[in-house]
Amino acid sequence: MHEMSLAESVREIVEETARANGARRVGVVRLEIGRLAMVEVDAMRFAFDVVKRGSLAGDALLEIIETDGSAWCMRCSKPVPIAQRGDACPYCDSHQLQVTGGEQFRVLDIQIE
Amino acid sequence: MCLTCGCGSDDVHVEGGAHAHTHTHADGTTHSHAHGHQDDQGHAHEHVHTDPDGSVHHHVHSHVDGSSHSHAHDGGHGPVHAHSHEQLNFGAGAAGNSVPGMSQARLVQIERDVLTKNDDHAQRNRAALARRGVFALNLVSSPGSGKTTLLVRTIELLAGRLPVAVIEGDQQTSFDAERIRASGAPALQINTGKGCHLDAAMVETALARLAPADDSVLMIENVGNLVCPAGFDLGEAHKVVVLSVTEGEDKPLKYPDMFHAASLLLLNKIDLLPHLRFDVERCLGYARRVNPAIEVLQLSATTDQGMAEWLSWIERGAQAARQQRHDQVAALQRRVAELEAQVERLQPR
Repeated sequence: MHEMSLAESVREIVEETARANGARRVGVVRLEIGRLAMVEVDAMRFAFDVVKRGSLAGDALLEIIETDGSAWCMRCSKPVPIAQRGDACPYCDSHQLQVTGGEQFRVLDIQIE
Repeated sequence: MCLTCGCGSDDVHVEGGAHAHTHTHADGTTHSHAHGHQDDQGHAHEHVHTDPDGSVHHHVHSHVDGSSHSHAHDGGHGPVHAHSHEQLNFGAGAAGNSVPGMSQARLVQIERDVLTKNDDHAQRNRAALARRGVFALNLVSSPGSGKTTLLVRTIELLAGRLPVAVIEGDQQTSFDAERIRASGAPALQINTGKGCHLDAAMVETALARLAPADDSVLMIENVGNLVCPAGFDLGEAHKVVVLSVTEGEDKPLKYPDMFHAASLLLLNKIDLLPHLRFDVERCLGYARRVNPAIEVLQLSATTDQGMAEWLSWIERGAQAARQQRHDQVAALQRRVAELEAQVERLQPR
């Protein structure tokens, strides 16, 4: 359940930004979570619901945008999509892959008033 | 770049960083808005305009290009409402949200990595360790893989060759730190309470107290957990994953993130192999599938089989860390000498 401490980091970032912008409350928090980011989306939603209580984001809605994983296949010498680590190249079945995308985990923006 | 007005920049907008302008649409309505944006992913703006019928509504639209935006409108039936609006090229997955009761809603772009804080602490740890020439390893595994026994034996065998200090992470108790201290090495226990992993801030606090010796080895024994510690950089040189042959050869595929994050796999308890049906080659094949670059050592902390290779792996790393520090000192001393010579030339005669 490292999502709990990640959710706390999200809340900190959101509260810092909200305060710096003189917000009274936060309506929407948008996260981008790559499919290889080691973050379980459902666990993240659950954890955020717990940690947001009593904060400026107390009744904020969480919107999560999931981005796909991608890798560089050494054998094909081209970028290929992957769903998870350990997947083979969908074209040549090689495991000689270098992950290039889908590891991001970011707070994109918040809607405040 | 903003496609509407041609303005834009490459830097990341943490917040604010907005500008305002006014424009007129084809239908004749005019509005002014402020917006902040980053690269060409899209832009967000808030604008105020007059609605002819003064009606109030909440809605979310999707555009043909897959981007979407959400509007939150004033709850009062006034003619003026605020829009917050974003366009993002994330494909069909981007759904908008509108919040009932939000007035004067505005969108603040953040674009910040959630792990930034942990990574800042980790970088500070890494710099502090480099200044002292300390070679730091983050040992990760499931509970019961034999990490502590391996550490104790490693410390015993390195005695007189290389000083070792240990940070122990467990949810509760200081049993492990006591076992390490009994082997003669300084050790500090971190109890994470409900936490499932060590984070870089915890290690920073521990480092300040433990103060490992110059040119030594620091072993950080993480909480026994093959999932969460994979995501947290502590400032170590390498993550070392310990897998015992009593566990199951498919663990690298079941917990790929950890095996992907590690530089070295220690296959432990190999003295038990004759009693088990554990296919070593299949296990290592699985590990290389998730991490083609992973190094592998097979050993037993109870019979010392393979321990010599592990000790020389540590010594090579420690030697490199020491060398890096000495090189840095030498470079700084050369610079000081150059500057002193410069001062000398400028002195009045």
